[in-house]
Order: sequence, then structure tokens, then C-alpha cells
Amino acid sequence: MTDDKDVLRDVWFGRIPTCFTLYQDEITEREADPYYLLLPRISYLTLVTDKVKKHFQKVMRQEEVSEIWFEYEGTPLKWHYPIGLLFDLHASNTALPWSITVHFKNFPEKDLLHCHSKDVIEAHFMACIKEADALKHKSQVINEMQKKDHKQLWMGLQNDKFEQFWAINRKLMEYPPEDNGFRYIPFRIYQATTERPFIQKLFRPIASGGQLHTLGDLLKDVCPSAITTEDGEQKTQVMIHGIEPMLETPIQWLSEHMSYPDNFLHISIIPRPTD
Amino acid sequence: MAMPSSLLWAVDIFGRVYTLSTVGQYWELCKDTQLEFKRVSAVKQCCWGIACDHQVYTYVFSGDVPIRYQEETYENQRWNPVGGFCEKLLPSDRWQWSDVSGLKYQQLDSFTLPSPHWEWESDWYVDENIGGEPTEKGGWTYAIDFPSTYTKDKRWNSCVRRRRWIRYRRYKSRDIWAKIVSHDEPDQLPDPFNDISVGGWEITDEPLGRLSVWAVSLQGRVWYRENVCHHNPEGSTWSLVTTPGEVVQISCGPYDLLWATLWEGQAIVREGIDRNNPQGISWSTVESPSSENGIMHVSVGVDVVWCVTKDRKVWFRRGVNSHNPCGTSWIEMVGEMMMVTVGLNNQVWGIGCDDRAIYFRQGVTPSELSGKTWKAIVSGRESDRSQTGSSTSLLSAGCFFTDDIQNQTSAVIQGDADPSSDTELPGLPPSPASPALLGAAAAGDGPASQAATSARLPVDPLHSEQGEATAASASNDKDNLEMNKSPANPNPSAELQWINIDLKEAQKHPVLSVSSFADTSSLSSLGAFSVGAEDQYGADEHPLWAWVSGGGCLVDLHSPLKWFTAPSGLSSSVQSLSLSITPAQTAAWRKQIFQQLSERTKRELENFRHYEQAIEQSVWVKTGALQWWRNWKPHKWMDVRVALEQFTGSDGMRDSILFIYYMYHEEKKYIHVFLNEVTIIVEVLNEAKHSFALYTPERTKQRWPIRLAAATEQEMHDWLSLLNMSCCESRRIQGPPSHHAIWSVTCKGDIFVSEPSPELEAGPQLMPCDQMFWRQVGGHLRLIESNSRGVVWGIGYDHTAWAYTGGYGGGFIQGLASSADNIYTQSDVKCVYIYENQRWNPVTGYSSRGLPTDRYMWSDASGLQECTKTNTKPPSPQWSWVSDWYIDFSPAGGTDREGWQYAADFPASYHGHKTMKDFVRRRRWARKCKIVTNGPWLEVPPVTLWDISIIPSSDADDEEAVALWAISDKGDVLCRLGVTQQNPAGTSWLHVGTDQPFISISIGAFYQVWAIARDGSAFYRGSVSPNKPAGDCWYHIPSPQKQKLKQVSVGRTSVFVLDKNGNLWYRQGITPSYPQGSTWDHVSNNIRKMSVGPLDQVWVIADKVQGSHSLSCGTVCHRIGVQPLEPKGLSWDYGIGGGWEHITVRGNATEASRGAVPDTAEENSAASKEGEDEESKRKTEHSKAPLMVSESQELDRNSVNC
Repeated sequence: MTDDKDVLRDVWFGRIPTCFTLYQDEITEREADPYYLLLPRISYLTLVTDKVKKHFQKVMRQEEVSEIWFEYEGTPLKWHYPIGLLFDLHASNTALPWSITVHFKNFPEKDLLHCHSKDVIEAHFMACIKEADALKHKSQVINEMQKKDHKQLWMGLQNDKFEQFWAINRKLMEYPPEDNGFRYIPFRIYQATTERPFIQKLFRPIASGGQLHTLGDLLKDVCPSAITTEDGEQKTQVMIHGIEPMLETPIQWLSEHMSYPDNFLHISIIPRPTD
Repeated sequence: MAMPSSLLWAVDIFGRVYTLSTVGQYWELCKDTQLEFKRVSAVKQCCWGIACDHQVYTYVFSGDVPIRYQEETYENQRWNPVGGFCEKLLPSDRWQWSDVSGLKYQQLDSFTLPSPHWEWESDWYVDENIGGEPTEKGGWTYAIDFPSTYTKDKRWNSCVRRRRWIRYRRYKSRDIWAKIVSHDEPDQLPDPFNDISVGGWEITDEPLGRLSVWAVSLQGRVWYRENVCHHNPEGSTWSLVTTPGEVVQISCGPYDLLWATLWEGQAIVREGIDRNNPQGISWSTVESPSSENGIMHVSVGVDVVWCVTKDRKVWFRRGVNSHNPCGTSWIEMVGEMMMVTVGLNNQVWGIGCDDRAIYFRQGVTPSELSGKTWKAIVSGRESDRSQTGSSTSLLSAGCFFTDDIQNQTSAVIQGDADPSSDTELPGLPPSPASPALLGAAAAGDGPASQAATSARLPVDPLHSEQGEATAASASNDKDNLEMNKSPANPNPSAELQWINIDLKEAQKHPVLSVSSFADTSSLSSLGAFSVGAEDQYGADEHPLWAWVSGGGCLVDLHSPLKWFTAPSGLSSSVQSLSLSITPAQTAAWRKQIFQQLSERTKRELENFRHYEQAIEQSVWVKTGALQWWRNWKPHKWMDVRVALEQFTGSDGMRDSILFIYYMYHEEKKYIHVFLNEVTIIVEVLNEAKHSFALYTPERTKQRWPIRLAAATEQEMHDWLSLLNMSCCESRRIQGPPSHHAIWSVTCKGDIFVSEPSPELEAGPQLMPCDQMFWRQVGGHLRLIESNSRGVVWGIGYDHTAWAYTGGYGGGFIQGLASSADNIYTQSDVKCVYIYENQRWNPVTGYSSRGLPTDRYMWSDASGLQECTKTNTKPPSPQWSWVSDWYIDFSPAGGTDREGWQYAADFPASYHGHKTMKDFVRRRRWARKCKIVTNGPWLEVPPVTLWDISIIPSSDADDEEAVALWAISDKGDVLCRLGVTQQNPAGTSWLHVGTDQPFISISIGAFYQVWAIARDGSAFYRGSVSPNKPAGDCWYHIPSPQKQKLKQVSVGRTSVFVLDKNGNLWYRQGITPSYPQGSTWDHVSNNIRKMSVGPLDQVWVIADKVQGSHSLSCGTVCHRIGVQPLEPKGLSWDYGIGGGWEHITVRGNATEASRGAVPDTAEENSAASKEGEDEESKRKTEHSKAPLMVSESQELDRNSVNC
């Protein structure tokens, strides 16, 4: 029998092989080799790219170096989205490794947030967790935690310590047995084809009649376009962590097992490849 | 979650009886719906009630184990020279047919069934077993004369003989209300009953299942039912117990508390109830808390009393205990109730005064017996969801007003069966009428319409009268109550007086004219109408309750109840606990996620493993301050710093080292342990120290683990959890144990599991068993049995049976080392014993003044340790007391009526009666304590067990049933049906008859079932097979050298038994054609417990195994050199211990590459036995070598400690 715990492990240890290349217009002293790295899906670009930065800085003049940013096929990559989400949203169904272009100039102010230090990532990450817990437990669980527990969540993510992270995160995934689920499901739905950053609404895991809401119910409710079919064929893919869960999957189960460390379910809606 | 489910019983205002399970969400209508009740009083095994006919009924739950009673009589004969032994006796002799004493004449046909609720199991037959020995044919035993000692052998001087005839009768009225038939003289019969209360099961456990049943008659007299116990569920007669006044209502707690209320409004309290006198001796009176309003209702628990006064106020009695059953004072509680009931654990339920809902008292704990708040139980009725249920309720409502129950019942069933009624349903307008009125209306149209309508009509005047009475002055109160409750003659109007209380709520609903109803409706449309109306109510109208009984309902702090949220759309069957795989686990969506995730990992990682990881894995260190049991003398705890360093190797695997830094003569030193060498980490909770022991193979040999202690339990569990996880990681062990796992249990009840390596049982180089790695699994058990198909069962100290759920972790093992599913709450109860010691002196007789050289006057069993009632603590902080100290009458050797055992001097062997030579005496006090933990176990209710055995292996497919045999704690032999890999808990028990209680059972790979009876004799069960799971009959096997046996274990073909002196014996000469074998061969001594596995491997728990420091008791040992031709093996290999209690290797069928064992192994071994005689003789010396023993009695202080 397969254990649901294995899903948590698979989700945590998801890696995307990535090839970083320096943007052609960056001024370098000598030619920069591409840099290959396995990026954790659940982490953030600016949290795990110290090595990339170091690698490319070596070939650049100091004065040319300003804040690093990343771009994929013309799209600036938002560091505050988890890496797995960025990949699913922009680069699913493309050949691996994922080819990311590294920039040190012309920071796209209107597209990206600045990230001057890891404290900024930590603040963003903790804000997400708190928001998620507000939805799940009216913030009761996160508020009852001690400062060191909050720190442990962050350190777990930062150092890729699954056990360390889940020792605390487990509490955030609990709910009173009589409730059958969270109050609301923390989720965000991203669509590759729209300008709108994401959809986020209040959605309960259990219907008023007591049935478990499914992924399909959620999409029907907040993003019906995602599951409309033409000629009996669904024109979109609904991706979480690089897989397409069936629409019958209970949303509560997904929230418990396939949320990112920030406790949100980040769901990408992308056009289904024609072939 | 896996709290054993128990039931809350309640009666609604129509007299229908419902139960609500502690794991359920719906009220379920009692299976037997023929009768309406006004009172019920439940305990765990049964429920007593008073029906509307004022008769007493008992409802005994059906179980797989029959309630049976053995009748016996003796046939006596005398020898004479003419006819030999014959029926002609001397005139001075006893009867030809008599009881055992010979004084009572009892012929076979003089035995009759005690009531219509019994049936004979078979005809009379001769008992051929005398004291565990088979007698000669005919079962005769011989003596020189009556009365004398009888022997089974006939001698020259045997002049008389006798034999025992036995016949079993069986109680058949289970799962139905069985009317208590009275055999008393009609004029001595009690008048009709008005109230009943059942309890007292904690007073004494002899005879089994004894209950105190108390009843109050309409004339206010109190009656006690004699001889109610397990094999006599109806009791025998009613005895009158005189009271100082007329009693209205009575309540009996599980132990010695008994309170009743008087018409005058006081309570009376029974004093002097104890084991010798369950009826008690005298009454004392307790005044009502308020002078204006007398006590109307009282309910008692173990040491609490709650009451309701006539103004519906609820009161809690302070200071109640065994020594002061009257308590000290009343405290008023919030809320107004019709009645309250105290259940197990002193939990409290009440029926709300305004809404007739049942409320559960929240927050009742041992330290806060009065609890915190009332919370309404909102569970719906199962029947609200189905129309049949609704129509049943209609029936009852109608019946309530009629004299003839049977006629009315059939009439309305007919109405409901009319198919047209269903189709009419949607068209009918919703009605606000109460079901009571509808019921009345339905009855009004029935054959008893006249009676019903006339019965209904007087209700209103009566209500208004009551209203006036309550508004009137207090002096009227009594009159009012008498009017409501004490009709002396059961004429219709008098009967109405008591039901009017129950119907009061009906008035709240708009009253429809009964007559108009009756005019316009046909019976069938009415039936349909009421169904529609009930459906209308279903969602938001709760049932109206008249009575509730929590006496059989066990709720504790850890039980999550589903009673307080309205049932959702999920069906209760989905929500109820089940060992079978839940739909979520088999769902397609779940499979898809697992499959896609593994595909994703393959796609994204397979070709890129050489890429650098973005995050470097660094060394991770946890440090802390602990105490260490230092390894030089004098041994004592010293403060140390501890650090655990975790590395991640290049292969991504972790390894860890534990450093212990200490000071030695002001010099800093350290010891270190590689966690991949650690074989086990055991919690050692004693001396109020939170300590644990850490073993490596070397330290197991030395019996000298590293012992560490933490300041708090939490801190210890953090370390244990982390160290365990690190050990598992370094050995790459994760997830649930395999089907082959070896399970063991320590004397503390902790559970450990080990994955057997193939080299454990065979191979050129056997793996020594001190190298086995054991990891802990949550839960608390006394023994565990397993088989190689993953079916694992355990038995707790409280004899509860548990089935393994397939999970892992639990207990202190939190987070990821523990499975998310399949971990449930588990509890266990055991006794702590202390001894009260006294010495006789000529002046005062026995007193607690001993000689200066004597033991403590309150001590442990050895007398060396002082143990008083106040200073004795539960075994560890995880345990809490659940009873007060009580005298234990069960120690070996027997006791007198006060529990004393006598001896010439301390320490000596004790006996249960005083003789001239005795100068000291002692008695044992017991106190129950309970642990609540969690683990991968689900209870298999309701039969409690003593032993189990699961067929070790079978090549059958997964679907086929797994043979599982058990012994109940009463000694019944049971066979579990429906056990499969998917449903390891099975479905039901099949009872296998025996003539005496059994204590041990084992089933071998080829369905060979062996068992040990309580008298120490062995039995073989013939013809057991998959098609005949219970076999056909028992064959008696003589014990080895008159030893009394205590355990049997059957492997593939080998049969081993263990006797009460610790000797292990092997059964010689077993062949397929002669499965009983021929003789017993001695194998070893000093054995406490053994397990023979599917490879015929032999593992034991041995005592007095020597280590380099001390002796240890309870050590796991493995028999080395067991071969098909040498089934007894050669020598012992020593593993983990001491402090081990039980091991099962019956799951381990992992054979090393020794090649398959030929199917004919058993024949080979038997056939070649003769030829091998010489060789086996050579080996005999070796194999008979005893287990290492030393005379020294030094205890192993480093072991877990037993």
C-alpha cells in the first residue's frame, strides 16, 4: 500500500534540471559557460541561485553587476512564485533542461519585485503561510506557534530539510476531526494566457450537503474556462507540481498533500499542447 | 479514533429505544422494536429496561461466544460379589444419582431449563477427563468407600465408583428483549416496576460478569435481583430491601455507590456495600439541596453523584467517595434538566428541560468531576433517513395509547406497505403536527380507536392541572408528583398519569383536532402522511427524549465524538472505522497522482542526476543536556552534553554519530556511537526519571546499554524520536514493517519490530540475533501474533484484542517516521499491586506492628520496598489512576473473606485460611491504571482475549481466509472467520466447545491445532481444514512427566510446549498420518515464552541469561542448529533483553538460498529419525545443555526491568 506521506516526499524532492545562460547583451570580460543546476520545485529562484550568481559574476566587471533577474523566452520570472509553478506555467511540455537566461541589467521594475536579501524572501514566504492559515484555521494554528517554529519552517525550506520543515508544517495541515477539513482552501490559480496575475477566492473543502469538493468543483466555481471542453476534449491542462491530478481529486486532500511550502495550492492552467 | 466503541442508550417520548455509538453519528433504533419502554439502564454487556407493561426485560448483546452453563450430576455405583459394580447401593449410601457431595438427589431428568430463554446444547454425556488426565473408558473413578478420594485406576479394594455426567445449556435470547420470568409465589411477586438501575460490576469479579440489578416498584419498594452474572443473565429471584420511605427512583454506580430518591424529596444512600455484601447493610438520608424543592432524580457514578430537584435544577454532590458515600455538600450547576445519567468514567448526560434534547457534559475529568458545560447531542436518527424507520416510529406512537400492541402493529404495517402511499407523498402538505399527535390519530383510526381517543382526551386537563400545581405553593408539589407518578392500580387513567410527563412536550406543537383527522384520513394515507411529515422534520427537528442511560458508554478525553455536528451527506458506513481499505486509498485519482508523480520524477530527474544540487546538504547537529548513567563505579546519573551529528553522504543517505561529553576527574572526555550500529532504543520509564537505553550488538552482549535521561518527558520524546529516525535512516528502513517482520513486546508493554535478514535462519554464516535492529511501534500490548501474510493481532493487558492496521510509528514517534493513516488512539489498563503485611501478637492479635526485623507493613511483593497507598505512583507518567485502591482476592493460594493470606513467617508460601501455625498474614491491594497512547491498532470488539494464533503461512491467494484461533479471557476456544489480508480483523467468532477453560492455542502451517487447558493438559484438534475451520473433536495428549503445561507453539511441522516450571519440550513422532505424535523430548529449561515459526525456527524469551554484569530475565533467544533432521536444534544464541516478555517469529518465512525445503520434509524427518538415532544421541548432550544459569540473584538494573 502506498502511503500519502510518499506524496509529500515526492513533492518536496521535485527537481527541475535547469541550464542558466547569461543574456547575450551583458558585458563580460570573457565568455561565460552555461551553468547547470537541479532546482528544487518548491523553493524560490533567488533563494537557490547563489551559485549561479557567483558563476556569472566571475566573468563580469564589478561595475556591471547589479540585481540579478531571470527570464525565460522573453518572460521575466517572478522570484516570489515557487520555481515549480514558474516552470509549469511557462515551460511545461518543453525539452529539458529548462533554459533560463540570467540578467544583471535593465531590471524590469513593472514585472518583478526587488529582492535585495533573503530576508525579503523569508518575509514573503511567512506572509503566505500566515495568509493560508488565516483561510484554513482563522490563523489559530500559526498564532499559537512560537517564533522558533516559524523560523524552523523557513530554515527547513532554505536548507532543504524535509523533516525539519514537516515537523512543524504538520500542525498547519491538521483540522478538528469533526470538521472534515479546513475552513477554506488556500489556493491560487494562474493562467498562462491572461494578464491577470492569479485567481484567489474563498472556497470550502466540503459542500453544504457534506460531500467533499473536488478539484473539478473548484475550477467550475472560480475558473470555468479551465475545464470547458471543445469536441469532448479539454483544451487546457490543470497542472500542480508538474502533474495533472484528476478533476475528481478531493480538494482537501490536494491542499494537505500538494500545497507548496507556503501552504498554498498553486494551480497552473495552460493550453494543452496540440500534438 | 479507535476507542472501543460503546453505546449510549435512550428512550424517546414514544417509548422507542435508541442507541448512539461513540464512533457513530446516528441514533439507531433498537433491533427489537416489539416493545415500548419507559426506563432503560445499560451496562456494557447488556441493558435492562421496564416496558410499558411494567415488566422487566433484559437485552443481552449477541456475541460470538455463547453464554453456556454446565450442568453436572454424578452416577454412583457399588461393587458386590454377584453383579460386580451395579446400581444397587447400601441403604446408608448416597443416591444412585447425586451431586458431587452425594447429599442431593439429582437424576438426569430432574434438570430443567430455567426459563424459555435457554436451550440444551446436546444430550447428557459422560466426562472422561479427570484432572487433566484421561480416565479409562466410561469415565469411572474408583474409591474404597463414599465419600473418599477417587482415583482413575481400579484397585483390589475399590468398592465404589462414580462418574460425572455433564450437559450444557445455552442462553438463546440475545439481541432481543427477554422478559424476566419470575418463579416466585404470585403473592410474593413485586408489584409492577417503575424504575430500574444496573451497576455494581466493579464490586467483585466473582462470579464472572456479576451485576447488581436494583428495581423500584410502583408502591415505592426496592428490590434486588439475586445472582445476575455472565452465565445467568436473568438472575434468579427478587429480594425485597426495606427502605425508610417510599422510593421513586434508584441509581446504582459501577462500584459501591447506590442512591435512591424518596417521595418526600430526600435521597437515601446505601451503606455497607462490598464484595461480601453487594446488597449493602443500611440506609442514610441526604437532604435535598433546596428546602422548597425536593430531589426528583439522582444518578451516581464511581465517585460522583448528580441530582435533579423538582424545579429541574441540576446539582453536583461534593466529597463523595467509597468511605463517604453520602458526600459533603451540593453545588448547583447551570442548566435545567429532566434527568441526568452518569456513565463510565463519571461522564454525565442529561435531558434538557425545555427542548428534550440530550446533553453531554463537557470537560469531566478526574480532576474536575463536575465538568464545564453542557453540549447538545445533535445526532439524527438513522430512521430519519429512511421511510421504514419513520413508519416504525409511527407504530410506536400509536401503540403507546392502546392496550393491544400486537394488533396495532400489524395494522399499521399494512398501511405502510400500501404502494399507493408512496406516490401520494409529494402531494401532501407539510404538517406542523407533532409525531405524537399523528400517532394518536393513526391509532384513532385503528381497531383500538376508542381506547386511544379516550386516552388522548384526558391529557389536556391533566396538563393544565399540572401547570397549576407547579405554579402553586411548594406544599402542593408533593401531591402533584404523587399524582403523576404513583398510580397504585394500572387502570387506563392511572397509566396516563405517568405517561403525561413524557408527553408534556407534545403540547408545544400546534394541536390539531384529533377528530377532524380521524374523519378525513384513511389509514394508508395517514401512514404516508406521517412519513412525509417526519421527513419535513428530519433536517431540523430533533428527537424528543424521555430517558437516557450512559451506564455502558465509555467516553474519555481522547475520544473524538461525532455527536455534536449535524450529520453530513457522507454515509455513516464510510465514516465508521474499518480496517479494510478505504475508498480514498483505492480511488482512481489517488492512483493517478502516485503514478504521475513517479513519471514526473523519472522525466525530470533521470537524465540529470549528474547536475549539481542547488542547495548543499550540510552537517546538521542537535545538541542538548542530558543525564548519563556513568559506566564506572559507583554508578550514578551524571550531567552530560550530548550532540547528534547528521551527515549526508554522497549517495544522499544520512548517517549520524551521537557524542556524549562528560567529565572524568576534571578531565573532558567523550564516548560516541554510530547510529548505524545501534540495534534498539528502549524507553525506560521508572524512578520518575525520563530515561532510555541505547544498545549496540556489543552492549547487548554485555547487557550494559548506554542509558540517558532527559529532564522532561517532552525532551526525552524529542530525542527518542530523532534518534529513532536517524537509526532508521542510516539503515534505510522506512514505512511499515514487512509481512515477515518479527514482533516483540517488553514487559512494559512497548512494541518493537525487526526486519529479518535472510541470514537469520539459514546460510553459511548465520546472523547473530544481537545484531537485529528493532524499531518501536506505538501502542501498548501484552502479546502479539503475526503471520507471513501481514495479518498481525495483539492483546492488551486489559485483554482487549487489536488488529494491526498496516501503519507505522505512533506513540512518541511523531511526524514523518509515523504514517499519516492507520494510527489510532489506543488504551490499556493494568493493575499495580501493593501488600499490606501484619504479624500476630498475643495481646492485640494481628496488627500492623511488626517485629523490627520484619518487612515494611506496606510493601511490594518482595517486601523489600516500602509501598504505601499514598506513595505508590502509576508505573510511569504516561499512566494515570482510574480506580481507588481495592483489596484483591485473586492471588495464588487463595484468600479469606477479607483478602488475607496466612503464613508461618515472612517470606513463605501463603494460604487462604488461618491455621495454628500462622503468625503473619498479608493481603494484596490493587489499583487500576490506564495508559492512553496511539499506534497502528484497531480494536476487535467485543470479545476479550487471552491468547491468539494465526496460521503461519499458506500458499493460498490473497483472497483466501487466514485461519486464526484464539482463547477468550474466560477460556473459550474461538475460531475467527473472514480474516483475509484485506480484512485482517475478520468478521465473526466461531465458538469451539470444550469441557474446561483453555489458556494457550497454536495453529501450524498445515492446520494442526494444539491447545493447552487451564489444568495444564494438552489437546490436539482433529480435522481442521480451510473447509472445516473449527475441526471436529479434541484429542487429549498426556503432558510430559506430569508437568503442567502453559504454552504451545506449532510451526510448519514442529510442535513445542512449555510447562509451568519453564521447561521446553519437543513433540516426537509426528507424521501426517499420526499428527498427535508419540513422546515429549526435553529441550531446555529457563524458558518464559516461545514462538515456533513457519520454518520450524524456535525463538524464546529466556530467563536468567548471564551477561558480563548481571543476570537478566526476559531475553530474546534464538535456537541455533535447527534442521529438518534436528528439529530441536543445538544451542541458544542470545539477543536483546532483559525485560522482554513476548516474541513472535511466525511471520518470518524468509528462507535463505538454502534451496527449497522439499514438500516431504516431514516424512523425511520422521522416517530418517531411526537412522539418525546415533547422531542425535551424540548431539543430545549438546542440545540438553541448559540455558546459562547462575545462582546469583543480582538483578539486571540496566534492563528494561520487569
